[in-house]
Amino acid sequence: MISSSSHTIQTSPLLEVHNLTLHYGQRTAFADVSFSIQAGQITAIVGPSGCGKTSFLNCLNRMSDLIPDCQVAGQIRLGHIDILSPRTDTLRLRRRIGMIFQKPNPFPLSIWENLALPLREHGIKQRHQLNEAITTALQDVGLWSEVKDRLRSSALALSGGQQQRLCMARALMLQPEVLLLDEPCSALDPIASGIVEDLIIRLRPRYTQVIITHNLAQARRIADRVAVFWVQAGTGRLIEFGTAEQIFSAPVHELTEAYVTGGKG
Amino acid sequence: MSFKQSSWPDRVLSSFVWTTAVAITAVFLWIIFSILSQGIGQLSLSFLLTEPANAGREGGIAPILVSTLLILGVCLVIALPLGLGTSLLLAELTVSDRRLGNWVRRSLDFLAGVPSIVFGLFGNVFFAQVLGLGFSILSGGLTLACMVLPLLIRATEEGLRSLPASYRHGAAALGLSQTTTLFKILLPAALPGLTVGLVLGIGRALAETAALIFTSGYVDRFPESLLDSGRTLSIHIFDLSMNVPGGDANAAASALVLLLVLLCLNGMATTIAWRWSTHR
Repeated sequence: MISSSSHTIQTSPLLEVHNLTLHYGQRTAFADVSFSIQAGQITAIVGPSGCGKTSFLNCLNRMSDLIPDCQVAGQIRLGHIDILSPRTDTLRLRRRIGMIFQKPNPFPLSIWENLALPLREHGIKQRHQLNEAITTALQDVGLWSEVKDRLRSSALALSGGQQQRLCMARALMLQPEVLLLDEPCSALDPIASGIVEDLIIRLRPRYTQVIITHNLAQARRIADRVAVFWVQAGTGRLIEFGTAEQIFSAPVHELTEAYVTGGKG
Repeated sequence: MSFKQSSWPDRVLSSFVWTTAVAITAVFLWIIFSILSQGIGQLSLSFLLTEPANAGREGGIAPILVSTLLILGVCLVIALPLGLGTSLLLAELTVSDRRLGNWVRRSLDFLAGVPSIVFGLFGNVFFAQVLGLGFSILSGGLTLACMVLPLLIRATEEGLRSLPASYRHGAAALGLSQTTTLFKILLPAALPGLTVGLVLGIGRALAETAALIFTSGYVDRFPESLLDSGRTLSIHIFDLSMNVPGGDANAAASALVLLLVLLCLNGMATTIAWRWSTHR
């Protein structure tokens, strides 16, 4: 029973997006986007700048609420939860769907405080529990050996790549089901970028990941499925969605073909 | 200047700029020198620790220092929570309701431009008479709080606004409540900016005379309670130099004390601001 259910998790959709449309005031950022995000897989969102990728990602954990004049229509389901419903508790939702930003954004606190803050907020206050969880999270992101002697010093003193991994550890502290990554490597140097990429691959079986990337080679290396966004008549559209292999070796849409072969975008 | 000055308008402008800069500095140095030369002879530890005698011509300023501190204390106890609350409203909560924010902000800018004598009259009518507090340290402190609030609020709001949006986004993405975000992340990060605003506010309160003449009164003995009248340093200087013939030396010494305190406060504010900008 357990093995069959874990098998179904591997292939069943965790997040289902139906006819999602987003407006900023009068302007339509993207329209009519529908696709499913499979549990335990890495779904990459690719496409040229300004096609609504980040706006789309922000809808999945309702970060879109923070943007004034932003209206979202359509449906997103996480299991039985209707994410866009006004009754959905966004604080709880965001504990289940973590987010990593383009620019590393550790809080101006110590490394330890950065990681303890989200756990304390959700009721875990005992010091040994916090220490244990922090150690595990730092080991998960491969940062433990680098920072174990300076957990009390400022997180802002870390390098860019270390800060980004700290932010990933911070998101993992809450043991979310989904990780949203908005170009997590674009602000990093090639070596740090490679380390973060390896980390994303290592996290694959345990977390469902949705990653925006401008780096097609990266999408090819890490993604199970790929969603290609494109700007058509001033509005972002999902022009193609499929397995990474299909998108990169047998694209259906001619724009996708031009994009993945480097002709456009 | 590094570029070659060939045309006469450039030379005129240049000499004008230099003249004004030198003139301003000269006035500042003149004031310092004048107060120093008149007051330094009177200044001693016993001047700070004894009561004034003979209407202030002799003796020291001990009760005046105590009253000043008490009035400042009342002012801060009232102004700090009110200022913090309002600045939080302006910086964090009115993002979606711009009309309310603009109204509050416009009222504050207006209040900041009101002459202090008007605050004094208001304080006299409202705190001293309507609320029945009389000429007291409480009336004075409350009036000062009204005066300092606009300055404090705008400085705090700026401090909060200057924080990168990524802190707020990061906190929201972790499902942190607004309260946690504020008290654990935003306020600690904005603390240096808030301190600068506070120090400037204290400076303004310490230098205030007009608002206090009608509210805290003139009495130069040790105050017995917050409802007792008390004289601040700035009023003491005003009284000695305007109403007491022969009080000039002690007035200068008191001015010197006030000046030193204000310079220290300004130095603190600059140091904090400088540390903040270099450690970020």
